[in-house]
Amino acid sequence: MTYSYYKNMQINNIIFVYQGEVTADLVSSILQMIENKLEGEGEDKKVKKRVFNVMVECLQNVYHHLDALPPTDPTNPVRDKTALLMIGREEKDYFIITGNHVLNDRIPDLKARLDRINRATKEELKQLYQEVLTGGEFTEKGTAGLGMIDIARKSGQKLGYDFHPVNDKYSFFSLEARVSRIPDKG
Amino acid sequence: MQALRIESTHKTPRVILDPENGIFEFSGRSIPEDALGFYRPIFDWLDEYAKSPLPVTHVKFDLEYFNTSSSKNILEILKRLESIHTNGHEVRVTWYYDEDDEDMEETGQDYQALLNLPIELSVKIQS
Repeated sequence: MTYSYYKNMQINNIIFVYQGEVTADLVSSILQMIENKLEGEGEDKKVKKRVFNVMVECLQNVYHHLDALPPTDPTNPVRDKTALLMIGREEKDYFIITGNHVLNDRIPDLKARLDRINRATKEELKQLYQEVLTGGEFTEKGTAGLGMIDIARKSGQKLGYDFHPVNDKYSFFSLEARVSRIPDKG
Repeated sequence: MQALRIESTHKTPRVILDPENGIFEFSGRSIPEDALGFYRPIFDWLDEYAKSPLPVTHVKFDLEYFNTSSSKNILEILKRLESIHTNGHEVRVTWYYDEDDEDMEETGQDYQALLNLPIELSVKIQS
């Protein structure tokens, strides 16, 4: 059992995985741990910085925006506010994957935003970022949609995403951001 | 006016706003989940400072990383500086970035584009 988990992670180039409740402290600890790991392994400074930046946005995005399943929901055997966080490293890219529950009602809006971001050129992303930065809602959570634009800008690649239906109320939303390990790209 | 000094943490920058010694600096990283909570006292300080600013205020931003919720708050700081500047008191901003950090350079350019304030982009001298 343990060996197959190990093998699976190795085959899929996963260097970190977490499933469970997401708290502010947890997000900080993960960030620190991965930063130390990148530092220790002598990754290129620019790549390291970019991976860290994208990771901060991805993890904080989940922390701020996941829709908690009610504890009584039959699809939630453990507890609410749980999510999946994964970080991997391939020959050419780092990838950061997050997965969390979202209310089905939010899907059309989320999907439209992601598609808009994925269609945008580098220059259009810059404009979109500035637009949302100046016009977006200014709340405790800080950013309405700015995070994903920033992830796309720093990633320089399309964002991967999927909505997996869970029941008539919730879906499981996964988001994948990639960061090139070739320093000059992006 | 009393200086505002905040020591850095692994999530928040070091802040020095010290009119007496003419030092206005933000340095380090800014990745708190609740960025508004961190920046609010700085807004309050700047609002007070705006009532009688120095003839010249030179503000340095020497940031390593920041998250998007900090970027909104940094814009709010710059807007306050812009209004001091518009009211006839000189304000200069220097935005430092590592030579190979295009992302931080680009963010500086974003702010340049959004504000009517002299923001100078400057490559950090490697220590």
